[in-house]
Amino acid sequence: MSDTVIRIRNLHKRFGDLHVVKGVDLEVKRGERIAIIGASGSGKSTILRCLNFMEMPSDGTIELDGKLLGTEGRANDGGAARTYSESELCEVRTRVGMVFQQFNLFPHMTVLENVMEGLITVKRTPKGAARSRATEQLAKVGLQDKLHAYPGKLSGGQQQRVAIARALAMDPEVLLFDEPTSSLDPELVGEVLRVIHALAEEGRTMLLVTHELGFAYHFADRVVFIADGIVYETGTADDVLKHPTKERTQAFLARFTERAF
Amino acid sequence: MEYTWDFKVILDSFPLLLRGLVVTIELWILAFAIGLSLGFAVSLARVSSRGWLNAPAIGYVEIFRNTPVLVQLIWFYYAFPIVLGAQLSPFTAAALSLTLNTSAYCAEIFRGGIVSIARGQWEGAKAIGMTRAMTMRRVILPQVLKRMLPAFTNRGIELAKVTSLASLLAVNELMYQGRLLSSTYYRPLEILTVVALVYFVLIYPGSYLSARLERRLAARD
Ligand SMILES: Nc1ncnc2c1ncn2[C@@H]1O[C@H](COP(=O)(O)OP(=O)(O)OP(=O)(O)O)[C@@H](O)[C@H]1O
Ligand SMILES: [Mg+2]
Repeated sequence: MSDTVIRIRNLHKRFGDLHVVKGVDLEVKRGERIAIIGASGSGKSTILRCLNFMEMPSDGTIELDGKLLGTEGRANDGGAARTYSESELCEVRTRVGMVFQQFNLFPHMTVLENVMEGLITVKRTPKGAARSRATEQLAKVGLQDKLHAYPGKLSGGQQQRVAIARALAMDPEVLLFDEPTSSLDPELVGEVLRVIHALAEEGRTMLLVTHELGFAYHFADRVVFIADGIVYETGTADDVLKHPTKERTQAFLARFTERAF
Repeated sequence: MEYTWDFKVILDSFPLLLRGLVVTIELWILAFAIGLSLGFAVSLARVSSRGWLNAPAIGYVEIFRNTPVLVQLIWFYYAFPIVLGAQLSPFTAAALSLTLNTSAYCAEIFRGGIVSIARGQWEGAKAIGMTRAMTMRRVILPQVLKRMLPAFTNRGIELAKVTSLASLLAVNELMYQGRLLSSTYYRPLEILTVVALVYFVLIYPGSYLSARLERRLAARD
């Protein structure tokens, strides 16, 4: 098995006439933790969402475990978008999990059912095994006593932890986090960050889009600064966050007054 | 007003009314069950981004919602056989038109429900590898059914009422039997009052449950 889990080459994304991602190359090593930072609207979420095909890339290629995904597209609209079958995408998404800013839990299912759902419908795990695996994951995020609660009855921090357990249950090779704490009340941020930190300790491969620079500093092996849809500067957390060399990175970081790292 | 009620005529006509009631219920269940399923299929076409699916679905829904049910019934009995090249029995014509009519209304209810479910629900399911079909079945539909339950019950109530129009095609359902009996016995007051009461007993529990349900759902959110 190769050392590189994901390799992105020349990724582009257009929404109609709006060119949002403009040629991103990125390599994610197994066990690596990458923090993606940048100004609002710079394309961070879009890049992340292309990695599990929540958005379809307009151009470029993505390799997962050395395997090039999709097949060459028919260049009917002049674009170079590759085509992907639904079954391939579903398979990829079980291997590249995602946690959203808005949790996106299923409100009509209990916490336990939320976490079991992917195991049962996608992985066809027998119910008993799914239940014990889901319970395990929920214990890991500290919610073993909320198994039968409905998401609507939980705090934002608890809901986000359920969402993390739901993603973990699929046993993904890579986990994507898109601003997992941005919609939380400040006092609930800590509990979610602690869970993410514990996953980092386990050696999971993770990409995290965040505005919490202090957390990014401690979390990340590598920080990627995005500006205008390109990787503008990248390096270790120290390189990018403490000693940025490029002008826009410096300008961006200067806006964060309390440097918590 | 001097009127002597003849209760014996009610007892005498009861077996026939009961038989009519059975036909009414058959018509109702048939049109509602198939109308719901067909309506779901139409709503899928309706929310599709493909024009060749979407446009006919809109046409279908709008035609049935913007013409009188009575016209539809009569059209399917007298006009449709010409297109078809074969005669339809009154029951078949009535069942067909009521089913299609119900499906058009249900399609709109389903569509409203589906578009009201936040995009995040699709994304949450997608992110754990669920296909569109799985997501529809396990995540979207259960929420739509719950949210739209009052609207579906109202549709069921409305349908129970309009089955009485089938009497005009001589379908031997409750209303038809009532009219027949009242002209046989010359006792419209007794018989038609009983007919109305039977409809009430049939429909009221549905209305009552629907109203309670609506209040419960409203209280929950
Ligand atoms: N589905 C979409 N349709 C059209 N435009 C979109 C869509 N998604 C994102 N965009 C646009 O693409 C640009 C980049 O958006 P993106 O969400 O990737 O930025 P971001 O860096 O994550 O910003 P933020 O920090 O505010 O989350 C924005 O201008 C946004 O309006
Ligand atoms: Mg974003």
